Amino acid sequence: MSEKANFRENGGVRGWFGRQPTWVRSVVVAVALVLAFLLPYAGDVPLIGPQIVTEGIDWPSALFNMSYYVLLALGLNVVVGYAGLLDLGYVGFFAVGAYGTALLTSPDSVLYADTGWKWLMAVPVALALTMVAGLVLGWPTLRLRGDYLAIVTLGFAEIIRIFATSTTTLRGDRGFASIPHPPGEWGGKPIFGVTDAVPYFWLGLVVIIAVILGVRNLDRSRVGRSWLAIREDEEAAEIMGVRTIKYKLWAFAIGAFIGGLGGVLFAGEQGFINSQTFVLQFSILVLAGVVMGGSGNMAGAILGGALISYIPDRLRGISLGDTDLYEYRFAMFGLVIIIIMVLRPQGLIPSRRRAMELKDREKEVAPQ
Amino acid sequence: MSEPHMETPEELDRANERPVDEAAPTGNPGGATTSDSVRGEDVLLEVDHVTLRFGGVVALNDVSFSLRKGEIFGLIGPNGAGKTTCFNAMTGVYRPTSGAIRFQGESVVGKKKHEITRGGIARTFQNVRLFPEMTALENVMVGADAHHKTSVLSALFRLPRFWQEEKSGRARSIELLRFVGIAHRAGDVSRNLSYGEQRRLEIARALATNPTLLCLDEPAAGFNPAEKEDLLRLIRKIRDTGVTVLLIEHDMRLVMGVTDRIVVLEFGKKIAEGTPAEVRDNPAVIAAYLGVPTDAA
Repeated sequence: MSEKANFRENGGVRGWFGRQPTWVRSVVVAVALVLAFLLPYAGDVPLIGPQIVTEGIDWPSALFNMSYYVLLALGLNVVVGYAGLLDLGYVGFFAVGAYGTALLTSPDSVLYADTGWKWLMAVPVALALTMVAGLVLGWPTLRLRGDYLAIVTLGFAEIIRIFATSTTTLRGDRGFASIPHPPGEWGGKPIFGVTDAVPYFWLGLVVIIAVILGVRNLDRSRVGRSWLAIREDEEAAEIMGVRTIKYKLWAFAIGAFIGGLGGVLFAGEQGFINSQTFVLQFSILVLAGVVMGGSGNMAGAILGGALISYIPDRLRGISLGDTDLYEYRFAMFGLVIIIIMVLRPQGLIPSRRRAMELKDREKEVAPQ
Repeated sequence: MSEPHMETPEELDRANERPVDEAAPTGNPGGATTSDSVRGEDVLLEVDHVTLRFGGVVALNDVSFSLRKGEIFGLIGPNGAGKTTCFNAMTGVYRPTSGAIRFQGESVVGKKKHEITRGGIARTFQNVRLFPEMTALENVMVGADAHHKTSVLSALFRLPRFWQEEKSGRARSIELLRFVGIAHRAGDVSRNLSYGEQRRLEIARALATNPTLLCLDEPAAGFNPAEKEDLLRLIRKIRDTGVTVLLIEHDMRLVMGVTDRIVVLEFGKKIAEGTPAEVRDNPAVIAAYLGVPTDAA
């Protein structure tokens, strides 16, 4: 009768998972969580461990990088995967989150005399700022669809980057230094230090889990239904009483919020940001991650987000003859994406609905 | 009439108790055939001298008619007569070039589509427009959401209102699927439903918005005679719950069997109005349908 029942008829891992009783599912989830938190020690696992960990970059740092990429992918997935709004300028929100934090906390900031806040105090303000940025981008672009929306969002990210490069307040290349780390002490030493990235990864993981729960709650409610309805037939949705403008704005704001979360975490770990961090490439990379993983499906977005960070980091420090493979990371990465898209056009872990939509479209263009 | 939405699965039963049938929709044997004759308390929707132009094309030309509460009203005419355009003007898709459309005394012109829906006008589409990858149940729940008040925050934090509305919305949606006769397909993705089931699902989705007026745009298109008969039964059943029905059809025979009153459009103009019997004998209507030039009729 219900959607759940329908899920259970499906095969594969997800079908199996759906058929299990609640306790089995809880155990599986708990084990997965524990394993996720133990990831920094993956290198200690005999045989496969050393194959997994990155060589050219400290493994916990690589994991932290993955965590904010995953956050960005989760946020972009709300905008692109759920609401169907193609956003090519997603890095803009990451930048607003990071710059918001920097402006409120860094000694280099013009606001430092008045603020000079701790990291944690700056977080809510920076996040509010990113949500506003989401609305600022969302409001004028509401009438646009598909390609046109993509172009405008592309412009948005560039405006933010150029703004950051050329205004003295945002300090361009010089950037902001000494952004404070997240708070907390353990045995007299700060938990979030400079050398050990493990706590940052754990913090990222906690944030990711919170985001997953939040997005899942939204998806399984009238909000998710409205997004899906808008994606499938915007006019019909509106005629059925869906406030399309409201829910599209929410998609932008929520996506921006999650991107901003990535930004404040990033600023808190690095302690330094400048305008070079937020290049357009970054947006494209995250979008590639979402599409590669499976647009419209959180598991897919997580996998895709993790991979776009992991693959280049893993290539670092591996040399083939005289050449460092890291130099060719984007070439190899491009190749991987092409292979994945050819073999699995709906993504690695596709959303069922998205896969169907894709098939429908194929049918439309196929010769009769 | 815009009563607060009640969140009970017995919604339809409750609807039965609406004091609508006093205005018994038994046609108009007196023979009054103009819209002026139905002014007063029981007017639900009033289309008042509506003209709609697209560039040089006049899609609707000074059309006027009124719907009464509780009746089944037919809007008929040959293909291209402007029926769907008229529909679209009523549901906010198009804005009339001139003239007024009032629903329960209030103008709908310039209102947003979702506002009109929440105000009590629901519709289906000539070519089915469901949300194809949603299940039948989810489709109906989108309609039920129209009157829900769950905010994004209460959905995010699973506040009591969320649970309450989700539960009642679900129960009501299942009830509606049962009402249109496709409850057994509730969990199926709507693209996998048969054509007839999809048509019924569209009706259930529209009913879920708790309308006072339900507009059906050629609901019988592509149906065989048996399916048409079933559909007529369903339309009567909907009317009996207190919902006024506006039916667009170009199949005259179908319309004659179920409607209380009919307006006939041709080339964007109203050429006749009255009971099925009156309209059937109207020479202009016969001419329009048989293709005889109107001046010769």
